[in-house]
Amino acid sequence: MKGFKKVLLHLSLSFGVLLSIFPFYWLFVMATNDSSASFKFPPKWTFGDQFFINIQKVFAEIDFWGALFNTFWVSTISTILVLFFSSMAGFVFAKFDFPGKNKLFVFTLATMMIPAQLSLIPMFIMMQEFGWIDSYKALIIPGLVSAFGIFWIKQYAEGAIHDDLLNAARIDGCGIFKMYWSVALPVLKPALAFLGIFNFMGVWNDYLWPLIVLNDPSKHTLMVALANLKGLHQTDVAATMTGTLLGTIPLIILFLIVSRQFISDIAAGAIKD
Amino acid sequence: MTQQKEMKKDRGKVWREIKKNKGPYLLISPFFITFIIFGLFPVVFSVYLALSSWDGIGDMEFVGLRNFEFLIKDAMFWKSIANTLLIWFISTVPMIVLALIIAFLLNSAFVKFSEFYKTLYFLPNVTAIVAVAIIFGVIFAPSYGLINYFLTTLGFDAIDWHNNSLGVKVAVAAMIIWRWTGYNAIIFLAGLQKIPESLYEAARIDGASTKDIFLKITIPLLKPVLLFVVITSTIGGMQTFVEPQLLVGNSGGAGGEGMTIVLYLYQQAFVKNLYGYGSAIAIGLFAIIMLFSLINWKVVDQKK
Repeated sequence: MKGFKKVLLHLSLSFGVLLSIFPFYWLFVMATNDSSASFKFPPKWTFGDQFFINIQKVFAEIDFWGALFNTFWVSTISTILVLFFSSMAGFVFAKFDFPGKNKLFVFTLATMMIPAQLSLIPMFIMMQEFGWIDSYKALIIPGLVSAFGIFWIKQYAEGAIHDDLLNAARIDGCGIFKMYWSVALPVLKPALAFLGIFNFMGVWNDYLWPLIVLNDPSKHTLMVALANLKGLHQTDVAATMTGTLLGTIPLIILFLIVSRQFISDIAAGAIKD
Repeated sequence: MTQQKEMKKDRGKVWREIKKNKGPYLLISPFFITFIIFGLFPVVFSVYLALSSWDGIGDMEFVGLRNFEFLIKDAMFWKSIANTLLIWFISTVPMIVLALIIAFLLNSAFVKFSEFYKTLYFLPNVTAIVAVAIIFGVIFAPSYGLINYFLTTLGFDAIDWHNNSLGVKVAVAAMIIWRWTGYNAIIFLAGLQKIPESLYEAARIDGASTKDIFLKITIPLLKPVLLFVVITSTIGGMQTFVEPQLLVGNSGGAGGEGMTIVLYLYQQAFVKNLYGYGSAIAIGLFAIIMLFSLINWKVVDQKK
């Protein structure tokens, strides 16, 4: 009876896993066949040998390497800045006392409740005024410091950074920035790793805002370029699928490498709220 | 006189405090500076825009509440609200039920390979929405898609997933369910694992049935997590944009069956350049999100 239950449990979970990965399987099938395969009834279920031909089609239609480079560059710069500024603030909120501290921290959390769409139009007009249309400043500067990042680092810093360590640094004559840089940052590494990957993925996958502020195709990020590819090629399904596969695979690999810690951090961030 | 003096003294005190703590204030200031410029100012500006008429090129004209009068009579705006709510409902309910089931299965003591399962269940969530919309767009294609292949093979009629009123919403909901069920299962699982084993044991010793344990221990203790999931799903659901935009385009498809609130905002502001009207839609969206968050809060809070 116990054995039967176990089999049933694994069968149900495996069925869920199948549903979870089927779209990826289908993506591979579509990307390795030519477009005519996607119009077949019954459909072709197996991988084909057209992948490299499809890749060439993608490269002919959109500047894939350019978009990949743009996306990588923007995600990296944004992540470095978010890590720096958010960890600085999170560390201070965790370890220092100053008037108004609690109110300022609650206020920081409350800003997360404002939906981004409310400021979409004014932000676009501001970007025009600043001359930031088609500039990556529009993607990086407004999100320079993340409220979630401050919250996340504060939670971690409270337990991880010992007061003795900070007191010793104070006696040595360290200023607050020196304490942050030399004492706190090394200890915060695990929390920074999660925040960094989380932010990197967010910027990489973002679509609406880059769509609005990037007009010049040579400035497009991957997601905007992929949406364009879909629009250009209503019929060339294989090329669109190949582009989608190439554009998503870097993050999938990144996730698979860090998944264990990443998933437990995601849960921790949600439950502690 | 004395009052002025006191105020001066107070102000002096505040300044002294700030000077004394200038280090901490300096290090947290980047967030507040960027928030004032890119968070607070745009919100105030959007109210001003909503009271104006502007196409981005000519002069901005103050029109008072005219945009809102228009909005209330705009059939497409109400349709976009109805569509958004329907999509939210038919995606959130199955998603929460499925996520709870997966979480309970993963939480049962037998499961080996739980890391393996967790990783694969979470995988859809790290996939870009654009990619999800493109892949599902093919699976739900009206003439040759996989779903229609199954439907016709089983003897049903094929469904026009781009134009059928319910069809568009089901296709969009499928994308949302696929991307978020695993994520929510992981959150529920973390909530379940926080419930101390001793509580279950004590209940079992007292002779409580599995059903009683579920209704009187698991559900009440899971309530904060449930609230988190419902609120985040609501806020996310009200902002649905990428899925319908890539499935049926900026127009929301024939008859606007796939038009959501944010897609309508995008279309009015960035396709038709109606910045004032777009801002009025944004404020309407904000009001709806606030209202629904409040309702969620009340409903979940009362389910004891």
